[in-house]
Amino acid sequence: MANRIPRVAVREQDPKVRATNFEEVCYGYNREEAMLEASRCLHCKNPRCVMACPVSVKIPDFIAKVCEGDFKGAAAVIAEDSSLPAVCGRVCPQETQCEGSCILGVKGEPVAIGKLERFVADYCREFAEEAPVRDSEHPAIPLEGVEKSARTGKRVAVVGSGPAGLACASDLAKWGYDVTIFEALHKAGGVLEYGIPEFRLPKDKVLKHEIQEVRKLGVKIETDVIIGKTVTIDSLMDEEGFKAVFIGSGAGLPKFMGIPGENLCGVFSANEFLTRNNLMKAWREDYLTPIHAGKKVCVVGGGNVAMDAARTALRLGAEVHIIYRRTEAELPARKEEVHHAIEEGIIFDMLTNPVEIIGDEKGWVKSLKCIRMELGEPDESGRRSPVPIEGSEFEIDTEVVIMALGTSPNPMISRSTAGLETNRRGCLIADEKGATTRPGVFAGGDAVTGAATVILAMGAGRTAAKAIDEYIKSL
Amino acid sequence: MFEILTKEMLTPIICRMKVSAPRLAAAAQPGQFLIVRADEKGERIPLTISDFDRKEGTVTIVTQKIGASTADIIAYEPGECFADVVGPLGLPSDFVEMPADKLKEQRYILIAGGLGTAPVYPQAKWLKEHGVPVDVIIGAKTKDLLIYTEEMRGVCDNLFICTDDGSEGFKGMGTNMLEHVVEEGHKYTQAVIIGPMIMMKFTTLTCKKLGIPAIVSLNTLMVDGTGMCGACRVSVGGKTRFACVEGPEFDGYEVDFDEAMRRQGQYRAEEAAANENHVCKIGRGK
Repeated sequence: MANRIPRVAVREQDPKVRATNFEEVCYGYNREEAMLEASRCLHCKNPRCVMACPVSVKIPDFIAKVCEGDFKGAAAVIAEDSSLPAVCGRVCPQETQCEGSCILGVKGEPVAIGKLERFVADYCREFAEEAPVRDSEHPAIPLEGVEKSARTGKRVAVVGSGPAGLACASDLAKWGYDVTIFEALHKAGGVLEYGIPEFRLPKDKVLKHEIQEVRKLGVKIETDVIIGKTVTIDSLMDEEGFKAVFIGSGAGLPKFMGIPGENLCGVFSANEFLTRNNLMKAWREDYLTPIHAGKKVCVVGGGNVAMDAARTALRLGAEVHIIYRRTEAELPARKEEVHHAIEEGIIFDMLTNPVEIIGDEKGWVKSLKCIRMELGEPDESGRRSPVPIEGSEFEIDTEVVIMALGTSPNPMISRSTAGLETNRRGCLIADEKGATTRPGVFAGGDAVTGAATVILAMGAGRTAAKAIDEYIKSL
Repeated sequence: MFEILTKEMLTPIICRMKVSAPRLAAAAQPGQFLIVRADEKGERIPLTISDFDRKEGTVTIVTQKIGASTADIIAYEPGECFADVVGPLGLPSDFVEMPADKLKEQRYILIAGGLGTAPVYPQAKWLKEHGVPVDVIIGAKTKDLLIYTEEMRGVCDNLFICTDDGSEGFKGMGTNMLEHVVEEGHKYTQAVIIGPMIMMKFTTLTCKKLGIPAIVSLNTLMVDGTGMCGACRVSVGGKTRFACVEGPEFDGYEVDFDEAMRRQGQYRAEEAAANENHVCKIGRGK
């Protein structure tokens, strides 16, 4: 079955063109390309890709279905383990997970698992009649030996409609629970909606549909409810009859550097900049949301969020610099995102660290004062830590500075819930099954780990779903 | 969906609406605010909660037409629904959590400027209900811009009205009124100032001169209102604070008002452009 053809390249929008629009960068495989790429899979007896997937998608099985041209069958295989295939196929760091473990990658290029997953999801969405059956009457994961009736009608509350919450809610609904997701914003999706830009994850075409699929499982989503403000965990459990609560509230609070000038006009958190553009659709003329990108933007940071903010500012018409204190080798962003950013014309100022933001007489950003860095000894993470070169300060003229330095969990829930403990970084304390320090309350995703990836959050949501099932059955 | 139950124009550009939002009404406290998004394409507009009725499940909002988004809010009629109303946001006023014995020692002066009169109302009401002495100053440019005067009279011990042009009450600004009232012998342990940023700045200075501690309620820019975006950053006592989750009320003595005013105007150019191109939805087909 396996062959020695090279990895099938995926078609992308021309970098010069896409730098001026918000349409998706990657076009994805068509039917023929997908079947050809699928034919490269060796169907290993002990598939390392499955082990490396945080939600354990049965990768060789779904690829086998793609080889046969049975895309509906492939989607059904994925649906057993993932409720967001079109999202994961686009935003997962496959290079460090499934594809990073693919045996073909040892000597050549791994199977394009992410692109195949995306193809299956996109194909089934576009040809809806071929979508797999996934409603609560036909649970995709029948748990052996457990009466579904034991779960029927038992209410579970999920806080946050991001990847962790959606994954947890999907599993619980498949098992017969009555699940309600509470979302603080006006739209479901969490970081998928407010954080990841349209050009990486189209909202109306892709995300809306996947969330609709979760709703079809019977999951209710109540937007505009801020847990810890509008209602508390206590009132959900004591007054509204929820037997258990899963907290997947993410890591939403932006970090700043603490350097002088950070409150000048024209300094934004990446969260603000991206939320205005993604959730509030500032890029669209028919929306009222204002956004300010100016002519020149410096984005501070080197993660995926920094890349997203930079590429968004570029599309809004600015010249964009990424300011990062280490070198390209240490950039925490996905390689694909860095590659795309470079192609589009983002300028990378490496080994550079801001020390002050300088303003004009009206209180607007005028320039960013930076210092040159060099790499010293490796730190505990194994990365060589950057050390400032004395006397090397210089100024970069800029109109806007966007801080993309990472995020931390919102204390709103922990502060309003007795018995819910956090660690010193403000993350909820939870065991490996997702149980917090308060009985009946579970948590997972960025709220527990601090900022991580979509797929790890989904994995944590599924793990907690199992623990919630066991907990409710034990009551 | 959040249905509008009643609507009255308090002035030609200030509108009061009672909106159905049961969960929000059940949790609201004086000092907190909410966010309204009129329709799918609207902005998230932070507004103070000027009253709430837990039994009815309603909240009252007062909106002044400033730009395109506030004009859209005002264009709604009873029976129609806002796409989103979310809250309560921010922390309740200090007195809500204050121990009863300490509360008994307080004498409050609430100083309202313009639209700020609306959020002062639930504070006065709460204090009055809890037996705390409370006086209120309402200031406006001219008589026609005064709001809530009758309602306020019922929830405070003394109501002082002032207008810049003297068309009603004392002629002068809130700062002059405050000085006048204190000269007359009224004594206060705490002032709460709510109004335009510039008014809060100068009223705080007057309070400082008179030795009255001053709390201000900051109406900063914000997007989500839950601490996510950081657009609401203010410098208080030299430290950066998020008005949406750590405020909106802060010690006025410590607030950097000049920075706050600059930050508030950050999107002025973009907004001016939007207003020019905006087709107001007043009179849109139903």
